[in-house]
Amino acid sequence: MAFISSGYDPENPMKDRITDIGPRNFEEFYPPVIKDNKGKWLYHEILQSGVLVHVSETGDEVYTVRAGGARLMSVSLVREICDIADKHCGGYVRWTTRNNVEFMVDSKDKVQPLLDDLQSRKFPGGSYKFPVGGTGAGITNIVHTQGWIHCHTPATDASGPVKAVMDEVFEDFRNMRLPAHLRISLACCLNMCGAVHCSDIAILGYHRKPPMIDHEYLDKMCEVPLAIASCPTAAIKPKKVEIGGKTVNSVEVNNSRCMYCGNCYTMCPCLPLQDKEGDGIVLMVGGKVSNRISAPKFSKVAVAFIPNEPPRWPQTAKTIKKIVEAYSADANKYERLGDWAERIGWERFFEKTGLEFTHHLIDDFRDPAYYTWRQTTQFKF
Amino acid sequence: MAKHETPLLDQLESGPWPSFVSDMKQEAESRAKNVNNVEFQIPKDVIEDLMGVLELSYKDGTTHWKHGGIVGVFGYGGGVIGRYCDQPESFPGVAHFHTLRVNQPSGHFYSTEYLRQLCDLWEFRGSGLTNMHGSTGDIIFLGTTTPQLEEIFYEMTHKLDQDLGGSGSNLRTPSDCIGQARCEYACYDTQDLCTHLTQEYQDELHRPAFPYKFKFKFDGCPNCCVASIARADMSFIGTWKDDIRIDQDAVKGYVNGEFKPNGGSHSGRDWGPFDIQKEVIDLCPTKCMRYENGKLEINNRECTRCMHCINVMPRALRPGKQTGCSILVGAKAPILDGAQMSSLLLPFVEVNKENDYQEVKDVIESIWDWWMEEGKNRERLGELMKRQGFQKLLEVTGVDPIPQHVSEPRHNPYIFWKEEEVPGGWERDINEFRKHHKR
Repeated sequence: MAFISSGYDPENPMKDRITDIGPRNFEEFYPPVIKDNKGKWLYHEILQSGVLVHVSETGDEVYTVRAGGARLMSVSLVREICDIADKHCGGYVRWTTRNNVEFMVDSKDKVQPLLDDLQSRKFPGGSYKFPVGGTGAGITNIVHTQGWIHCHTPATDASGPVKAVMDEVFEDFRNMRLPAHLRISLACCLNMCGAVHCSDIAILGYHRKPPMIDHEYLDKMCEVPLAIASCPTAAIKPKKVEIGGKTVNSVEVNNSRCMYCGNCYTMCPCLPLQDKEGDGIVLMVGGKVSNRISAPKFSKVAVAFIPNEPPRWPQTAKTIKKIVEAYSADANKYERLGDWAERIGWERFFEKTGLEFTHHLIDDFRDPAYYTWRQTTQFKF
Repeated sequence: MAKHETPLLDQLESGPWPSFVSDMKQEAESRAKNVNNVEFQIPKDVIEDLMGVLELSYKDGTTHWKHGGIVGVFGYGGGVIGRYCDQPESFPGVAHFHTLRVNQPSGHFYSTEYLRQLCDLWEFRGSGLTNMHGSTGDIIFLGTTTPQLEEIFYEMTHKLDQDLGGSGSNLRTPSDCIGQARCEYACYDTQDLCTHLTQEYQDELHRPAFPYKFKFKFDGCPNCCVASIARADMSFIGTWKDDIRIDQDAVKGYVNGEFKPNGGSHSGRDWGPFDIQKEVIDLCPTKCMRYENGKLEINNRECTRCMHCINVMPRALRPGKQTGCSILVGAKAPILDGAQMSSLLLPFVEVNKENDYQEVKDVIESIWDWWMEEGKNRERLGELMKRQGFQKLLEVTGVDPIPQHVSEPRHNPYIFWKEEEVPGGWERDINEFRKHHKR
């Protein structure tokens, strides 16, 4: 493995340096039918699950085949996508905001060969490489974060639970039987790189133990005032600690005030809080980002804790399936999960989903909590 | 024979959904065989070690990645996330395993030629594993060593005409929905605005000078496919001011069952024949529509542009022609004080390419001036808005208060009057007062 220089000269880093050029311009990457019809589209239709047609005022049509994919993707797989796009789509392809791959062709006769090609490709383990679906009133791909494969603060894995849940709800990826579309998202800690707080169903990794304190190294590795300031509940204060006969500057944590957010760990690596028994999954439901019919809304905690169960997170997957089935059976056409829960009332939501209501689900965090308590005699027995 | 046994991960190969484990194995095998004689610049068995450390996490239920380190490319403060394994002896191939964020082209459109160039570079100088894409929208290159960072950056800028994305306390890589490229609802050109502002603010994107992260997201219509209202410090959401365009013949087409409602999105179940009264008129949140004598009428003045009727009957209804965007500000994820949604600041802003989007930039820069001056370390814009009040936001942006700014007026009379608003001011003479009011 000999080092091969790119041409960069470490002795002279500014030589020929190119910076601040930004991304490549999108116009280079439009397929011709997109370039010719941008801004001229009249309407669209989902011909079957995963297949859309958009019709332009010029009379042109573009057919899109949407395929699910893991967000973690090897260059071998990306090259295979390129091969497919070269063969069927004139060398162009795109991704959606939810990690689906979209193959576009400019006439209807090109759709079936493309579909056949995509459906025929499987991994040796048996899973589809490019399952077609993810459109309309169904469940599309789960947007998610890194998890155990690459992050330092996760309370759960990301790719594993996503694979397990998508296997569980796979038929709803390929079908459009639900009352409205249902968006599932996963964030492996409440930093929420994936910002799952407005999803129909949010899978959220959560810690449940206050940080451990690495007194011996804390003052050497961290800025004590920053660690203290990072705590949203003021649970951390400075403390002098005896270590091996020497007094060192460190901190103390008021465990009863800690809400396990991990913000202190972000500021100070000597305050780790990860733990096999402590960490697990919170399920939140009923959020949305669309302004359709009702305003966008936050997801609400419906299950306070499910333990991590690698490799296939069975309780998480089954609980989600249960919520999806209750929603599917009871909601009106066009009604999102959160709108359904509000219409029938949350007491009915817990009844119909069979989820247990526990004290953990009553908000006790600062001012917004009060607004979530029931201040009316209107409730259902 | 694999380098590490992975009995737990192996259980994620079955089932229909694409298996990331199978994909990692295929890449590990491809590197081991190396049919194209690539001179790998990081360990050949990097993926096997990555699977080994992931298997260990599956066994003991916790991560094995350490806190990031300060790594990057010269002159930039973002774009590279340092990452080190906490079990380097067992998994030397991933002892250093840094991430690069590569600024994606707006709309996530690609030519295969360009994608193959990215793949070649990343196979040669990195792990060959990517995220397509990261949560913020970037192409993620997952895992390389420190000496490769400058080499990758040099090749990317010189051969691929491609720059890194944002990380840290700077402008994060802006992202957008598919917009007018392939969507009839888009009220402005999201790709063009996204790219234009990304280029305009390269310095803010690469060199952290902000209190914390700052995100732009561009949604072409109120359906919000890129979730800007939940995820961006500034959300640019397409809208229109004039009337929804109606094709009455097409409305009849839906009523007569010629066209599938909602573009065929509900065809997986028999919901019965389309009922325009039940499915459109009655679900309109403002009840501003009626269908009588075969004619659809919309009282556009009362319409709040929720998109429902347009979504249900895309062949018959289209957004108006006088389009632009609403600007909402302050969304963020829960950490620390709870999640925030963006709040409406400007109901309508022209999105005008001809003058390089000057109206939009004026708003952005007035907000940045305030936030950079007043924002505390790691305080998002939404948190500053909460701390100093919406009134302050109006003041710094020079926007007049209007009822559209609130969902309802305040519940308390604890108004912070300004002294100049109260006749005579606050300085009064207690002795003068006592002449008429005994102690």
